[in-house]
Parts: sequence; structure tokens; C-alpha cells
Amino acid sequence: MIPLEWYLVVAAALFSLGLYGVLTRKNAINVLMSIELIFNSANINLVAFSRFAATDTDGQVFALFVIAIAACEAAVALAIVVSLYRILKSVNLDEASALKG
Amino acid sequence: MDALAPKIFFLLFAVMMLGSALIVVHGRNLVHSGFALLATFFSVAAFYAMMGADFLAGAQVLIYVGGILTLLLFGVMLTNRIYDLNLRTGTFQVVPSTLVSGLVFATLVSIIYRTPWRQIPNVSAFDPGADEALSNTHAIGQALVTDYLLPFEVASVLLLIALMGAAMLVRRRSDL
Repeated sequence: MIPLEWYLVVAAALFSLGLYGVLTRKNAINVLMSIELIFNSANINLVAFSRFAATDTDGQVFALFVIAIAACEAAVALAIVVSLYRILKSVNLDEASALKG
Repeated sequence: MDALAPKIFFLLFAVMMLGSALIVVHGRNLVHSGFALLATFFSVAAFYAMMGADFLAGAQVLIYVGGILTLLLFGVMLTNRIYDLNLRTGTFQVVPSTLVSGLVFATLVSIIYRTPWRQIPNVSAFDPGADEALSNTHAIGQALVTDYLLPFEVASVLLLIALMGAAMLVRRRSDL
């Protein structure tokens, strides 16, 4: 059957792609999408270890909490991006360099 | 031969996940990135299902695809002038970022393959689907209202506060 390492390698690849997106993107919404990729790779690891290394469902409960926190993060971050767009008329992260609006 | 089918499905969904993730991080069109993210989330849900986490697979589709992705697409539409139909975004620092993320990936893979997972207690060369024919939704529900009751309630209050804060943040100044 599928060994544990395969899941971990795919999760590592997804994490690296998300990291690449966070580092290269200029658009704030694209950066948020890349952060969601990183959340998903962490979740794959949690579920894989819950399946392979433990006998209970703790890892899956943790993954559920991660999904809930990701929903909070997406809502608040998009609210910040929308209010940033109202001030700057742009979502380019290079232009968002001042704390005061 | 019955051991071959899960591997084929695994590789299929892994290619779909990583390919669409590549479109998300490298696509030129913001809307294309959003829809590629849909494919990534579905492939992750398929991975959960393959690992026997069927409740989590359902929650992934409901919350990520139904909630977070919709929110992100609304964000795309609210922060770009849709009528110019040119939702292009640029990339920068491509070479150093490729180096950094490639280095992180190589480090992670070398750690994964050097760790003797099989020697850790409880790690078994297991057989998916054979030992747990029943769904573990019941066990997750019980864990949420017994061992994880306090984190569960804290998470629900946090979600409420975050959504109220988000609604507060995007109000126009004249509404305050």
C-alpha cells in the first residue's frame, strides 16, 4: 500500500509551492491563496500521522481546528485587503508600506 | 494487482494537486488561479478520503470550496476592476524564491527519507481500508465533545469574533 513517505513528500512539495507563491506574488489575494496551500500541506501531514503513527483520531481533530482557523484567517485577511484597496486603489503589496492610512 | 489501484489514484491526485498548485502560484490570471485552487482543494479532499478521514474530506469540500474559495473569489472581484478584463498579476524575485523554496523542499525530502519512521512505536506498515472498514466520524464527534470540548468552544468564539471583526473592518467610514 501507499507508504507514509509518499504523503509527506507530496505535502512538502505543496508547502514549497505555497512558500514560492508567498515570496514571488505581488497581489495580496494571490499571497492569501498561497497561504491556503501551506495550510493544506500541514493538514495532509496531520492526517497522515494520525493514520500511520497513532491509533486514535487526534490528528484529524487537529486538522479540523486548522480548517476553522484558516476560515478566520481568510475572512479577516480579505477584510484587510478590501479596506486596503479602498485607500490605495491597488492590492500591490509593495505599495502597502505605511501603517497609517 | 489490487495493491496497484491505490497507487495509481495517489499519483493521479498528487499530479492534479501539484499541477493546479503550480497554476495558483504561477498563473498570470487571478481568476484562473482561483479556479486552480478549487482543483487543489478537491485533490486534498481525495487524499483525506484515501487516508480514511472521510469526515475531514467532507469538511474540506464544504469549508474550503464552499467557504474560503468563495470568499477569495469575492475578494478578487471587490479589489479589481472587473470591466477591464485584465486581471493580470506579476511575479518578482523569481530566481531567489525558486532557490529558497527548492532548498526547503530538498531539506524536507532528505529529512523524510532519513527518519526511521518504522522504528517509532505504533507506526505500522498498515493497510488502508482493511483495518477500519467503518467511518471514524463517530470517534471525531466524541473527541470534540469530550477531550477537545474547551478548544472546540474557544474555536467557535474565535470564529464569531473574527467574522464580526471582518464585517467591522470593511464597513465604510460613513456607516460608523
